[in-house]
Amino acid sequence: MSVRVALHSPTGSRSFLERGLLLLVMLIFLEGTVLTLGAASSPDISAQDNTGGGHDRRDDHRGIAGSHEHTNYTYTKKAFPVLSLDYHHIQVPFEISLWVLLASLMKLGFHLIPRLSSIVPESCLLIVVGLLVGGLIKLAGEEVPPVLDSNLFFLCLLPPIILDAGYFLPIRPFMENIGTILMFAVVGTLWNAFFVGGLLYAVCQIEGTYLSQVELLPCLLFGSIISAVDPVAVLAVFEEIHINELLHILVFGESLLNDAVTVVLYHLFEEYSGAGEVTPTDVILGVICFLIVSLGGIAVGAIYGILAAFTSRFTSHTRVIEPLFVFVYSYMAYLSAEMFHLSGIMALIACGAVMRPYVEANISHKSHTTVKYFLKMWSSVSETLIFIFLGVATVAGPHAWNWTFVSVTVILCLVSRVIGVVGLTFIINKFRIVKLTTKDQFIVAYGGLRGAIAFSLGYLLDKDLFPMRTMFLTAIITEIFFTVFVQGMTIKPLVDLLAVKKKQEAKRSINEEIHTQFLDHLLTGIEDICGHYGHHHWKDKLNRFNKKYIKKCLIAGERYKEPQLIAFYHKMEFKQAIELVESGGGVKLPSAMPSQVSMQNIQPKKLPPAVAERALPQFTKGREEEIRKILRSNLQKTRQRLRSYNRHTLVADPFEDGWNDFLLKKQRMIELEKKMTEMSNYLTVPAAPPDSPTMCRARLASDPNAFYNIKASSDGVPTIQVDLASPQSPDSVNMLNEFSKRGATDQGLGQREGATRDEDQGLMMKLSSAGKEEKEEGGNKNPGLMRCLSDPGPSNEDEEDEPFLP
Amino acid sequence: MIWCAAVLPNTNTNSMNRWFSCFLFNIVTPAHIVRLYDRFEALDKEKTGHLRPQDFGAINRLAMNPIGDRIIGAFFSPGQETVDFHSFVRILAHFRPADKKRPKDPSMPEPVNSRTSKLKFAFQLYDQDKDGKISRAELLQVLRSMLEMQVTEEQLESIADRTIQEADLDKDDAISFEEFRKSLEKVNIDHKMSIRFLR
Repeated sequence: MSVRVALHSPTGSRSFLERGLLLLVMLIFLEGTVLTLGAASSPDISAQDNTGGGHDRRDDHRGIAGSHEHTNYTYTKKAFPVLSLDYHHIQVPFEISLWVLLASLMKLGFHLIPRLSSIVPESCLLIVVGLLVGGLIKLAGEEVPPVLDSNLFFLCLLPPIILDAGYFLPIRPFMENIGTILMFAVVGTLWNAFFVGGLLYAVCQIEGTYLSQVELLPCLLFGSIISAVDPVAVLAVFEEIHINELLHILVFGESLLNDAVTVVLYHLFEEYSGAGEVTPTDVILGVICFLIVSLGGIAVGAIYGILAAFTSRFTSHTRVIEPLFVFVYSYMAYLSAEMFHLSGIMALIACGAVMRPYVEANISHKSHTTVKYFLKMWSSVSETLIFIFLGVATVAGPHAWNWTFVSVTVILCLVSRVIGVVGLTFIINKFRIVKLTTKDQFIVAYGGLRGAIAFSLGYLLDKDLFPMRTMFLTAIITEIFFTVFVQGMTIKPLVDLLAVKKKQEAKRSINEEIHTQFLDHLLTGIEDICGHYGHHHWKDKLNRFNKKYIKKCLIAGERYKEPQLIAFYHKMEFKQAIELVESGGGVKLPSAMPSQVSMQNIQPKKLPPAVAERALPQFTKGREEEIRKILRSNLQKTRQRLRSYNRHTLVADPFEDGWNDFLLKKQRMIELEKKMTEMSNYLTVPAAPPDSPTMCRARLASDPNAFYNIKASSDGVPTIQVDLASPQSPDSVNMLNEFSKRGATDQGLGQREGATRDEDQGLMMKLSSAGKEEKEEGGNKNPGLMRCLSDPGPSNEDEEDEPFLP
Repeated sequence: MIWCAAVLPNTNTNSMNRWFSCFLFNIVTPAHIVRLYDRFEALDKEKTGHLRPQDFGAINRLAMNPIGDRIIGAFFSPGQETVDFHSFVRILAHFRPADKKRPKDPSMPEPVNSRTSKLKFAFQLYDQDKDGKISRAELLQVLRSMLEMQVTEEQLESIADRTIQEADLDKDDAISFEEFRKSLEKVNIDHKMSIRFLR
């Protein structure tokens, strides 16, 4: 995931001098980094191994200090060390941080250089940087650290990327194409592995090469390592070409699901390479193993996902640790799967995909943002580090170059991929409604990139069992370089050349949403008439099951009833309100302005009229309009006031205090309203009625400029304007760019990206419980608003921020 | 042109003759006709050779469908009480995947499973009074049936307002077929409105 930090000012205006200076600083930093790393690399610095060493050194140090102290008493006093250098004490964390910092600075750097990032994909640049760093270390005479240690890779670097992918996986296109994806992933990978392995063995047997010692099984093992499409590389490259959703999900889905096949093949061939042969029993066992690995991985992931969803149901009082649950449960799913040699990647994907709808309904808006940002951040850093390490490992690793082997590998990989894709598409198209065209096939074939997983798997091979390991590694690295550089760089121009359909950037309209749902119902009905248990039938069944049973268990409070259409509609409304205000929309808002009624909660209509009677003084419609106008025109001025108002009015969940407080607050509300009618500049407190979680979120996510009318469902409660208090910092604009460029695969993300802002400011002002109360049914706690309000964030100081001044 | 000379189960030969002689062959393939006829027979419990609304209503799952009655209504031409096999197939033929390779011949009538025909079918489900437009009231009805009891009336109204405002280009406060089509231009109708049964 490459998260682009868009420049604050357009590139043109940034002076050349500034850019040059920044580059210079980075180069110097790089040099310093390299030297430090080089100097420290003499002892083994792989993260896992070093803890032991570090401990020893620390003990020594303490021992020395102790003896020093001891000597203090008996011998002559030495000069008290005012300043001392103790690098070994902090060596490991320091180096890790240096690497991470280097990776991030490199990312920064690429975007300073104009046009470079549009020609060369980021992954290529990062590998080059890795090569440079490795080269520098080597030049400095030091030994290059074995950075792409398999443990480090599989346990630390890979999970964030996969979790990010899994959590934001677009479920609908994924499920619609699951058959195709599985075909490519399973059958395609098998075909690749055997084709490449088998032909390589045949080539090795030819007299001319000096490779006759390479046996069949190691060749097949090599084939299975090299044949897997790599999710990291695919993500890195495909993200930049903004291809249409179908192709993206096909290649990406394939790269994720082929992990199970790779794991099984790898273990199978590795086990039996020693024995030298594979019997049919082993093959059958292998097939069973595959089923267990894949289904088991998914099951493990799903279990952890449900656990996470269930846990999130109860987190309403401890909002700050909500994101932690998401991360920890997912990581544990990965580790548990790895423990049993199941497919960790599939576990992670299943966990993320299963937990997402429920967790999102439960956690507060801020936690949601946190989860999103952390995932993106970690996966971005991981990806960068992986590519840099690939470069360093290339410089470091022992190489055994063999022209025949390497070139045959590269050619065979290409050939087998093309044949595989074409052949499989021919079969698949018989079952698809929307067929895959030749162009699609080409992109799928061309997009089969190999990456660091292949390298790490090769690295894991035992040196003794596989004497040709170094040759394998060299070939793997060459293949990776070939695919990433050649294919990665040329895929973008090719996509343009072939006029492949690009991703649609525009967001969905309410029309599309309504009509799509309508068509879903229509198709389900038609399928029922035909008596055909098709795709729609099962989807409908699953939805009903989900609604009836699962949502009740896993989603807290009353939120599970919210229909998707309403959520979507609210989001749209808010976005439009924001845009309207941002564009300096006139005093009279057109009818598209979110009307009062849309903000209402979604409780059924049958409210007892008595409840509505518990009213505050009525406001006529005309009055409300007036008030609205006044507030709108004073929007700018009131923003400064908001800061101080913010702190005092941000209160915890009002309902926890019970009725007395509620009444008190109601009183305060009444007073405020009275003041509001008198003073024109007065900022109002939102009388936000209970609203749906997504509305809440959309509101909070919206530009602070936006404000909206909120009116209780009954006429008794007055409408009060709300002005979102969060000052808008310039950075928030960048985030918008960042996410739109990122071309987030997540639709939800995409929908929010229109109004994503930094949310740490205190948005939620005190609300009038008055409006809320009316809607309650028998003391049900209103979920939506409480969720927003009850999460004041880590500490109130965070709410402070620079006031936004236009 | 495919003549349906297939050997079909020995049932109502009269109706069979009828559909052979008409232009069914170009709409669905023989295999489809066999399957659909089986289904038709299964639904037609009283073996009259026609289906009535009650026969459709017997399908349980259709009763649960929010727009089930509209779908059933679409099978019956205005004024008719029953639907015969021919019309049954004709309606269902809308849901065949479109043939992309068909040359665009303006002289030929639009095939029943082209994108436009599919959209027209969907449009007719909205437009119950057949005036060529989806009025606000009709839209409200659809929304109400889809969202059932979960939203308030005012919410429905504002959604309907918003929808019409978004799609309505000629400002007549209703959605015409062209506007309908335009609002769905990004959706892959061929995919969304095809069932595998009729591939």
